[in-house]
This record gives sequence, C-alpha cells and structure tokens, in this order.
Amino acid sequence: MTVALPKQRVRARLSDAAAGILYLSPSIALFGIFLVYPLFRTIYLSFFRTDTQGTPLSFVGGEHYAKLFTSASFWQSIQATVGFVLLTVPLTIIIALGLALLANEKLRGIGFFRTAFSATMGMSVAASSVIWMFMYNPSIGIFNRFLEAVGASGVQWLLDPQYALLSVSLATVWMNIGFTFLIILGGLQNIDRTLYESADIAGTSYGTQLRSITIPMLSPTLFFVGIISLINAFQTFGQIDLLTKGGPTNSTNVIVYAIYKDAFINYNVGGASAQAVLLFVTVLLLTWLQFKLVERKVHYQ
Amino acid sequence: MTLRKVVTYTLLVLSTLVMLFPIAYAFSISLMDGSEVLKGNLIPRDVTFDNYVAAFERIPLLTYLWNSLVVALFVMVGQVVLSSLAAFAFVFIDFKGKAIIFMLFLATMMVPWEATMVPNFLTIQSLGWLNSVWGLSVPFFALAFGTFLLRQQFKTIPHEMYEASQIAGVSRFRFFWNIVLPVSKTPLVTLSVYSFLTTWNMYLWPLLVTNTEQARTVQIGIKQMQSNEVASDWGVVMAAVILIIIPTLMLLFAGQKQLQEGLTQGAIK
Repeated sequence: MTVALPKQRVRARLSDAAAGILYLSPSIALFGIFLVYPLFRTIYLSFFRTDTQGTPLSFVGGEHYAKLFTSASFWQSIQATVGFVLLTVPLTIIIALGLALLANEKLRGIGFFRTAFSATMGMSVAASSVIWMFMYNPSIGIFNRFLEAVGASGVQWLLDPQYALLSVSLATVWMNIGFTFLIILGGLQNIDRTLYESADIAGTSYGTQLRSITIPMLSPTLFFVGIISLINAFQTFGQIDLLTKGGPTNSTNVIVYAIYKDAFINYNVGGASAQAVLLFVTVLLLTWLQFKLVERKVHYQ
Repeated sequence: MTLRKVVTYTLLVLSTLVMLFPIAYAFSISLMDGSEVLKGNLIPRDVTFDNYVAAFERIPLLTYLWNSLVVALFVMVGQVVLSSLAAFAFVFIDFKGKAIIFMLFLATMMVPWEATMVPNFLTIQSLGWLNSVWGLSVPFFALAFGTFLLRQQFKTIPHEMYEASQIAGVSRFRFFWNIVLPVSKTPLVTLSVYSFLTTWNMYLWPLLVTNTEQARTVQIGIKQMQSNEVASDWGVVMAAVILIIIPTLMLLFAGQKQLQEGLTQGAIK
C-alpha cells in the first residue's frame, strides 16, 4: 500500500494532463483550423501576389501595403470607417443609456418596456436593413413623406454622397440599441440599492444622484460596452451590402466591405489580405487599450 | 413623486413608439396590397394576407427557414458542447500550461473574424463544404466567450465536491454530466439563446459559402428577394421580413432576462 501510493499519484497526474487536453481538444482543434491558421495565412498572403484562387504566385514584400497607403480609395474607406464609428458608437451608447435609466425605474409594466427596448437584438441585420431601405425610399418611404408633409423637399438618403453614410449610421444605431441597452440595464441593476436609499434620505436630487452615484458606478459597464461597440463598428458589413454596396462614390465603403470586394469580386487576394491585417492590428490595439485602461482603473480604486 | 411617474411613463411610451416604429411599419406594409404601398399609406385601408402567401410561393422561403433553423441549432449545440467541455477542463482539471492556454483562448476574442475570412473560405472550399450545413456551422463551434461565460459559473461549484467524487471513483465525465451541467442551467440557456440568435442572424459568412437555392439561409434569401424585386413588391418583401424575425423575436422575449444576466456577468467578470 505504502509502495503503491507514489506510483498511483504519478498516474493520476499524467491522466489529469491527458484529460485536460482531451476536454480542450475540440476547441483547440477548431481554433487552430479556423482562427490561428487563417490569421497567419492572411498575414502570409499579404506579402504575395496570388491567382484568383488565392494561391501565392510571387513574393512582393510590402508592395500591397505600399499600394494601399498611396491609394485614394483606401484612404476613402478609412475615412468612411472612422466616420461610421464616430456617427454610430457615441449615439448608440447615449440613447441606450437613456433608455436603460428609464427602464430601470420600478414601475408597473416596466417589463413590457424592457422587452420593447431590447427588441432590435432579435432583429437580423438583413431584415432591419430591408425595413430601413424602405423607410429611406425617395418616393414612398416615411422620411421623405414626412419632409414633403412639412413642406421641405425630399432627400436621396442612400444615393446622395452627402447623406448616405449618415443614413446607414442612423439605421445602425437603431439596430445596435437592443444589445447595448440590455448590457447597460444589467449594469444598472448591479448597483447597490442602498446607495440610493441613503442619498434619498439626504434629500439629493435625481440629477445629483445620476452624476455622483449612477455614472461612476456604471463606468466599468459603459467602458465595456464602448469597446465592444467600437470593435463591432469596425466589423460592419451587412447593412452596407444591403443599403448602399459601398456607394455612392465609395462614401460608405467601410473596411470590411472593401476587403470583401477586393477578395471576392476583384479577386485581389493579396490586397484584401493586407487590409485584413490592418483591420486585425486596429482591433488588437483597441482591445489592448481596453485592458490597459481597465488595469489602471483597478489600481486607482 | 406622481409628477415624476407621469414624466417617466410619458418618456417610456414615446421611446417605445420610436423604437418599435420600424417593426410596426414593416408589419403594416406587409398587410397592404401593392397600390396602397405605392400611395405611401401608413396603415392599410384593406387588410390582406396575400403578401404572406406570395412570399412562400415566390421564393423557397420554407427551404431557407429550414436551413437557418438547422444551421442555428448545429452551431448552438456545437458551441454549448465545446464551451462546456473546455470550461470544465479550465475549472476542475489541473495540468501544466492551463493558465497559458486560457490566455490564448481569451486572445482569440481579439481576432476580428472578418480578418480571417479569405483563408477560411478557401479551407471550406477545399473541404468540399460549400453549400453544406457543415461549412455554415463548424467554423463557429469553438467560442471563447462561451467558454468564459461557463467558466464563471463552474467556478461557483465547490472544488471539494470534485475531489470527493474523484476519491469515490466517479469518472470525470460523470461528474461533469451529472453534477456540473445540471446546476448550470441558467448560463447554459443564456449561451444557447445567444448562439441561436447570432447564428440565425449571420449574414457575411452564409453569403460567401452558399450559392444555391437549396443551401441558402433566410438572411441571404431576403437579400435575393430585395435585389430581385426592388420596389415592385414591397408588401411581399415585408411579409418575408416579418416571417424571418418572428422566431428570433420570440426567442429574445422568452430569454431576455437570462440573456441580460448572462451578458452582464460576462461584462463585469
């Protein structure tokens, strides 16, 4: 018995390692095939000229990157992407925060309103885009009908380069409110009620409570939601494909749409890969920034 | 106090009207005949369900719905199974390099999926998985977010229980199946709802890997419909839109509470 014990322990440790790998292996295998490999393959392809099937033909070094930085259409797609991010992210968070504050009140029937505000989370990008496309219809859509009713002239919402990005962004804000609202509401509900009770006893106003309790306590959630929204905004594709196809005059040609067009329509796999690498680096930087800032916050507290 | 209530309710109702307007508008259009749509009416004078019948007749909507359902269920089961197995290993099994592997799992969340779509497409093509449920679902089975979510829950189960069961000679898998999974119903439901919703609503990947009527999902079906029929028959298009959002809206309404709690847990960690 005493002799057998160490042997048993060794066997148990070994099989722990084996079991660990066994339970993790399906995930590791799929991450390897569909995430790690394609990531390195994309970086690799970004340095090659390829045929239409993505087979590398000749090493070209940084040529694809150099071409991008001197191409007007690439800068235009950067401009569209940044514009889209700036138009959608802050507005979505502000509206969702307002709705969450309303829906966090303890009132009869509040469940109905919570459901209504989160509804767009159940709506697909395709379905939502089709609805907005109709609303933007120049002759029968609601927006121009309204403008005509008040005596203004109609607008070519999706065809006018001046309005297209704004129109797509507005539709996107609506689509993203559901998810953002749910997360912020969850954050609000996690705030300790007793903080408000003591503030009520002290007789502080709603505005003061909002500024000195709600917003500070909610800041980790807002921060999380901000980063997630930012990353999502950089990955936008569906509403662009359905509403504008990147046009008019490339004014809505955001980065993922540009990658898609280069790779699957123009068969310029190398150029598409270089843009994909830049997208990856951008998202990586944003995520890293999040970790850094969160770390600092934790130190402060 | 009552004034505050009145103001709050007013704001709630107004916000609801704005938020739900596009959905109500689509529903309203779906009940109109073509001439009323072209007049720009807001509410149908004569309610008709012809558009719904036409939606099923003009495009293979049932095939699309079935494809989406199968793909969403596949991904849901795949993500739940793989995430719970991985989370179990991270929480209960001790082995060298666990911390590093966990960090690598988290790191996968930083890779925007779109940045890898070109090689992924080529992989699926070379596997002969274009236009198949496998090509649409398998690449999404491994999910770091799901693993992370379930790990948070599994950590609340006392480690002593696992050790006791090990001493009693209960196999790891039985402990996982009979103890861990049954007490983790809420996060499992959260993850399932999340998986189903995101997969059902997926757009770019199905656009890349399907090109036949038999294989298309509803999201691509609606795109086909919109680009083929432009403006001529908005009523039918809207009827199709309403039909494809009903399953996810119902799921969202049923699982909204769990989803909110689960997602918040993931956010606060």
